[in-house]
Amino acid sequence: MPPDLSRRGLLGGLAEVGALSAAGGILALPGSAQAAPRRGGRIRVASVSSSNADTLDPAKGALSTDYVRHYMVYSGLTQFDAALRPQPALAETIESRDRILWRIKLRKGVRFHDGSPLTADDVIYSLLRHKDPGLGSKVKSIAAQILSAERGGPGEVLVRLAQANADLPTILATSHFLIVKNGVRDFRTGNGAGPFRCTVFKPGVRTVAVRNADYWKPGAPYLDAVELIGIPDEVSRVNALLSGDVQLINAVNPRSTRRIGATGRHGLQETRSGLYTDLIVRQDRAPTGSPAFTEAMKHLLDRELIRKALFRGYATVANDHPIPPGNPYYLQGLPQRVYDPERAKFLLRRAGLLGVRMPLYASPAAEGSVDMASILQEAAANIGLNLAVNRVPSDGYWSNHWMKHPLTFGNTNPRPTADLLFSLFFKSDADWNESGWRNARFDQLLMAARGEADEARRKQMYGDMQVLVHDQGGVGIPVFISGLDAFDRRLKGFGSIPIGGLMGYSFAEYVWWDA
Amino acid sequence: MSATLVLILRRLGSAAVTLLLVSMVVFAISSLLPGDAASETLGQSATPEAVAALRAQLGLNEPAHLRYLHWLAGLVTGDPGRSMANNLPVREIIAGRLPKSLLLAGLTAAVAVPVALAIGIFSAMYRGSRLDRALNVMTLSMVAAPEFLVATVAVLVFAVKLRWLPSLTLAPEHPTLGELLRAYALPVMTLCFVIIAQMARMTRAAVIDQLTQPYVEMAALKGVRPARVALIHALPNAIGPIVNAVALSLSYLLGGAIIVETIFNYPGIASLMVDAVTSRDMPLLQACAMIFCTAYLLLVLVADVCAILANPRLRHP
Repeated sequence: MPPDLSRRGLLGGLAEVGALSAAGGILALPGSAQAAPRRGGRIRVASVSSSNADTLDPAKGALSTDYVRHYMVYSGLTQFDAALRPQPALAETIESRDRILWRIKLRKGVRFHDGSPLTADDVIYSLLRHKDPGLGSKVKSIAAQILSAERGGPGEVLVRLAQANADLPTILATSHFLIVKNGVRDFRTGNGAGPFRCTVFKPGVRTVAVRNADYWKPGAPYLDAVELIGIPDEVSRVNALLSGDVQLINAVNPRSTRRIGATGRHGLQETRSGLYTDLIVRQDRAPTGSPAFTEAMKHLLDRELIRKALFRGYATVANDHPIPPGNPYYLQGLPQRVYDPERAKFLLRRAGLLGVRMPLYASPAAEGSVDMASILQEAAANIGLNLAVNRVPSDGYWSNHWMKHPLTFGNTNPRPTADLLFSLFFKSDADWNESGWRNARFDQLLMAARGEADEARRKQMYGDMQVLVHDQGGVGIPVFISGLDAFDRRLKGFGSIPIGGLMGYSFAEYVWWDA
Repeated sequence: MSATLVLILRRLGSAAVTLLLVSMVVFAISSLLPGDAASETLGQSATPEAVAALRAQLGLNEPAHLRYLHWLAGLVTGDPGRSMANNLPVREIIAGRLPKSLLLAGLTAAVAVPVALAIGIFSAMYRGSRLDRALNVMTLSMVAAPEFLVATVAVLVFAVKLRWLPSLTLAPEHPTLGELLRAYALPVMTLCFVIIAQMARMTRAAVIDQLTQPYVEMAALKGVRPARVALIHALPNAIGPIVNAVALSLSYLLGGAIIVETIFNYPGIASLMVDAVTSRDMPLLQACAMIFCTAYLLLVLVADVCAILANPRLRHP
């Protein structure tokens, strides 16, 4: 590859990479503008769950508690900013002309917690190990597109993809792709290049991490230590915050917001993420596969009621496609589908499906789906469609019920790119093509957008895909559910990174304690 | 005394057989659970080839009877295998949790047993009186209040409102006595609510049963003071049922403390077992089940031995 790499080949968000690293590489804080950070302090953080399956292996992270732990201990090649754009981290630059062959230049002088320097081999190992089927990596299917990773020039890694994908820098910012030491297999202690060193890790009990003075961002992090525990019960979690035993919690139920607000000592942070619970209408069987039935079901979702009653306003009305309003590829101006029982009745009558009895499966495993099912059931009963709601337990829901019946609910965590959302859940041959929807034009657009260099054309393509999914797709997405964190007000610098709660799980390197 | 020894040895032998049977049942039932560690680890992202690969890695493709024999051989030699969820030795995981459960159970027993015995004996001595009825109502309402309610209300009052006690039981590694008491006050109180009532009711019934016997009447007629009648004459004869009730209540403290462990975020062995069920972590689940069964058998054995020692008639059945 010629040395005069065309700058136009860079992903939009990475265009100012050179400038940023020249300025010292300090990133803007995603939190709101506040006073200068203070050093020192120790906080305890309670996340939703912690079990014996807790892990220090980024490849196996399954829950918010894992992601937080991994972002404390490890650093990635890139990291998210508050608008979910990838910013340089362990990679000083990531460049590609054809979005197939990527040249990653590593930051110099980065050290792992054991003192060893970051090398190209560490990065190569960290990327390629996901392809090993015996590892059980959560991102094996995503990593499959990495054909090879090898050493380039000094401090450089060359990554070759199976096909063009402009989103590689974004994918590398997710917690599963954090960089571990070459050859490491035992993850009892975490040896990363992250802002904190793990000193205690007891699965299902707690994680204690202390400040890494050698962190590659000068000055950061600010806290001396962070203790991470899991409290599965929401009431107990809120109580622990209010009694002062913990200083930060996530996954607050909207019902608890009044209690938390009433103290005056605690703050709430809403993260408008792309998390959604969707009604899945299987397209590959009768009668749910009929376009009229599918559209009728989408019209029966009372989005406003779901937003207000289920989530007390901590949600954003969605439009039956998975791209949330904050996403750079969100299509403005797509008409909002609204609750319209008359239209649904008309469609069902035309399809000859008024009066049929349809089973609908909901489970606490898919957040809010049980209540959504009740709302939907009532709306359907009003126009003469009989939905029999089957409430099934969380345990085994994903393997035994999800996508297996004509009408089920799914739940999709925020994904950093439009491409991931569409490829994982809507592409015709995707494993989790929830509704079994097949659309050749959509697949074509998806492939083309992945390798498209021109930002405007790419945005246009993603817009067309949103229209297709909105009009013809087999899922009804009523709302995007906001994440709610609550914190002691002495904790400063806390904000939101909309990949998930707790500042996109990476609060630890940004916050400080002001007491 | 040698007769007692033979009896104890025979009981130990039958306990070993019981444990063997239990191990079969535990293994059989846990294999009936739908899904396995591979599919649960992968969760929503379980594609068929990913599950197959992980299954091979975890050794789940072996036939069940071979897995059982391997596991049993491991148990006998003191190695219950490795956790499928995090690949740590099960022994190491349990070694981190079991002492915590035992500490919580021990503290609870230290508070609950004397209180329950006192309540039971007092209400037996003054049966029918206002004190007896008050104690009755109290113990019955304690056992009727669900644990999660007691625990949550206690946290709201003592931790959130008054801020006297912590809402989580995060015992430091080497606590002072004061720290220990502060940390354990709420969970111990909640657990006492559950077990005191049962033990007190059984004690009351057993002591009353003795107090209506002719020899007690005789003692009373001879002019022995009521306290002495109850404690020296009646109580030794009532010890059999009482220690059995105590053993049953205490066996609850290991496995049954799940709600308390959840609400106070206490890393005990009951929540470990629930984790193991959700992640289909069979080696860990089976090890926990065996521990609960062993503890139960031990407690019952101790109770029986106590009853036998207290009552010479039982030595020659």
